[in-house]
Amino acid sequence: MSSDSHVAEHGAEPAFRQHHFINAEQQFDTSKLGMWLFLATEILMFGGLFVGYGLMQSVYPEAWIAGHHHLDRIMGAINTVFLLCSSFTMVMAVHSASTNNKGKTIMNLLLTLGFAGGFLVIKYFEYAHKFHDGLLPGRFFSYHGGGPAEQAMFFGFYFCMTGLHGIHVLIGMILISWITLRTMKGEFSSAYYTPVDLVGLYWHLVDLIWIYLFPLLYLVN
Amino acid sequence: MADTLATPKAHGHVEHHDVDYLHDGSLLSWLTTVDHKKLGVMYLWSVLFMFFLGGVFALLVRLELFAPGKQFMDAETYNKVFTLHGAIMVFLFIIPSIPAALGNFVLPIMLGAKDVAFPRLNLASFWIYVVGALIAVTAMVTGGVDTGWTFYTPYSTTTDGSVALMTFAAFVLGFSSILTGVNFIATVHKLRAPGMGWFRMPLFIWGMYSTAIIQVLATPVLAITLLLLIMERTFGVGVFDPKLGGDPVLFQHFFWFYSHPAVYIMILPGMAIISEVVPTMSQKTFFGYKATAFSSVAIAIVSFVVWGHHMFTSGQSQLAGAIFSFLTFLVGIPSAIKVFNWITTMYKGSISLQAPMLYALMFLILFGIGGLTGLFLGAMSVDIHLHDTYFVVAHFHYVMMGSTAIAFLAGLHYWWPKMFGRMYNESAARVSAVLVFIGFNTTFLPQFLLGSRGMPRRYYNYLPEFQFLHQVSTVGSWILALGFVIMAGYLFASLRKKMDAPANPWHGRSLEWQIPSPPITHNFHEVPVITTEPYDYYRPFEPSVKGHH
Repeated sequence: MSSDSHVAEHGAEPAFRQHHFINAEQQFDTSKLGMWLFLATEILMFGGLFVGYGLMQSVYPEAWIAGHHHLDRIMGAINTVFLLCSSFTMVMAVHSASTNNKGKTIMNLLLTLGFAGGFLVIKYFEYAHKFHDGLLPGRFFSYHGGGPAEQAMFFGFYFCMTGLHGIHVLIGMILISWITLRTMKGEFSSAYYTPVDLVGLYWHLVDLIWIYLFPLLYLVN
Repeated sequence: MADTLATPKAHGHVEHHDVDYLHDGSLLSWLTTVDHKKLGVMYLWSVLFMFFLGGVFALLVRLELFAPGKQFMDAETYNKVFTLHGAIMVFLFIIPSIPAALGNFVLPIMLGAKDVAFPRLNLASFWIYVVGALIAVTAMVTGGVDTGWTFYTPYSTTTDGSVALMTFAAFVLGFSSILTGVNFIATVHKLRAPGMGWFRMPLFIWGMYSTAIIQVLATPVLAITLLLLIMERTFGVGVFDPKLGGDPVLFQHFFWFYSHPAVYIMILPGMAIISEVVPTMSQKTFFGYKATAFSSVAIAIVSFVVWGHHMFTSGQSQLAGAIFSFLTFLVGIPSAIKVFNWITTMYKGSISLQAPMLYALMFLILFGIGGLTGLFLGAMSVDIHLHDTYFVVAHFHYVMMGSTAIAFLAGLHYWWPKMFGRMYNESAARVSAVLVFIGFNTTFLPQFLLGSRGMPRRYYNYLPEFQFLHQVSTVGSWILALGFVIMAGYLFASLRKKMDAPANPWHGRSLEWQIPSPPITHNFHEVPVITTEPYDYYRPFEPSVKGHH
């Protein structure tokens, strides 16, 4: 087998290399390409929502403006700051993983997790407020404060977009917890930290989507 | 083998060097395998079962249409049956058929790789497909769906039945398709054997690669569309409902932005198979290799800008219609390049008319008819007359069934000996091929006439003047079914035999023919080194694979 001859040539065989890759570098490049492709599908999926949102905004600008007045800009802004900070700590986590600094990696991953949790807590309060006011999608819209009827559609988009993004945050938190555990077990080193790197890429995308969602939903004019 | 992902131990590891991949036949080893070959075979059985199921529904539809009025099912049941036929055939059979079943098996071997880039993802993709199929079945038995496979709003948001569940099934199946696409792109980019440059790849790979690009870029849009449709049904958001201020044409835009490229997810793999079968069975160097390779990529790119031709009569602007019409005609160019190159490849070749080649020739004829009638429909003025008639039904059946499914059969017969190590009965295969060809044309040629005379598609009832052509079509469906019954017979019979297939029954040149039939678990003993061009039939054969001879 080639892997056997490969071993003979280089002496040591890294345990993380899967048998169908010729070497660790090929494995790393392939994983990274796979992740980028996946991120492309994510962007296209959210892209459909952005197109629908933009189109309907151009048809019902009044409803959109009325709808966005119900959103709490302060909470949205705090959440934006949270996610930006979490992206920074994520970058630091990847950096410390690549330089064999286990303690710092764990600390940065936990900080990222904290910011993500904070984001969801604030989102929870925002959602609770909307539920209370009856600012719900479609036929469940029961707000009595008046305004254009198409606000129901605006809130359909609002919940669809922030909901789908929220699910992504949740999945991100699960992934970050998973790589934190693996870091604690000492599975990563400067030679192999692909999972940390890939989760980092995913997390930046989650952040990036929010960067577009925030002005689109909260700051329309 | 379940251990194919694990790194072999450096020393003292007992490797079953010459054990074929079918050796470990325990159920668990199949269900948890990460071997691309076993996954390909599992996909194969799954899609063949779905093909059977969709085929039964098709026969029921044709039987009901044997005469005007009610034969044996009422109009509502009829709507559900043709929807199931369409949804099963599109989402559960055609889309995964060639890439996931045959592609999974052959693509890594053709590249000289031991597996796809992400074997575990491949397994996940298979199970997601199974879950999607189960959800679809649940939707069928809990109310069914009567919207047609396109789920057009506002009908789909207001009708009863399990529309939400069925769309969710399509959503899940889309993920399976995306994961396969991601896997194939990464494999083609990163796992080619040394010496396997882009222009030394077999054309099958080019076709699979182009397909994967569409799968990755278009499917997410379908995912979000179906999610919005589910939201629409559950919460009445109103984005697609004119009563609530929404825009039903927006749904059509979203739907066809995926589903027109998806048509090429269906046809490109078919073309990819023909590009393998034709040079091998003609023992001739491929004519116009680069043009054919690029035409696959060109079709993939153009496929994203023609979706509007599904909406010539839906109220989009005339200018948009004219632009979409023009772009649609562009698809004819790369398609014609391929057809001319296949034919020129055969010219003065030593053609052997065995089953795979019979299907390839059938493909050329049927794709010719299917492709050219597409031009009728791409022309706006003609389309106004023909849209939503049986002409459209006949056209897309010539492309989906007559081209993609027939190419799938070509590939199935071509690689069957490689996959299972057994030859099937060639005479039976030829009889079956002839029956399929006659049956297919008897079923669908009359539908062109029906459509051009004004018979609308999806109708339960029809005027007496259409009865004769409907009956011819129904009789054709029986001939077609007979052909498939014979095929099932000799294919299953071959599996009961001892393994008798030679490594290279068709004298092919690509890598899969240089390893035993069936292949060993790790495909190659040593990583092959490619020093020759693909399809180099002009010179004596020089194997790239060492260690098997």
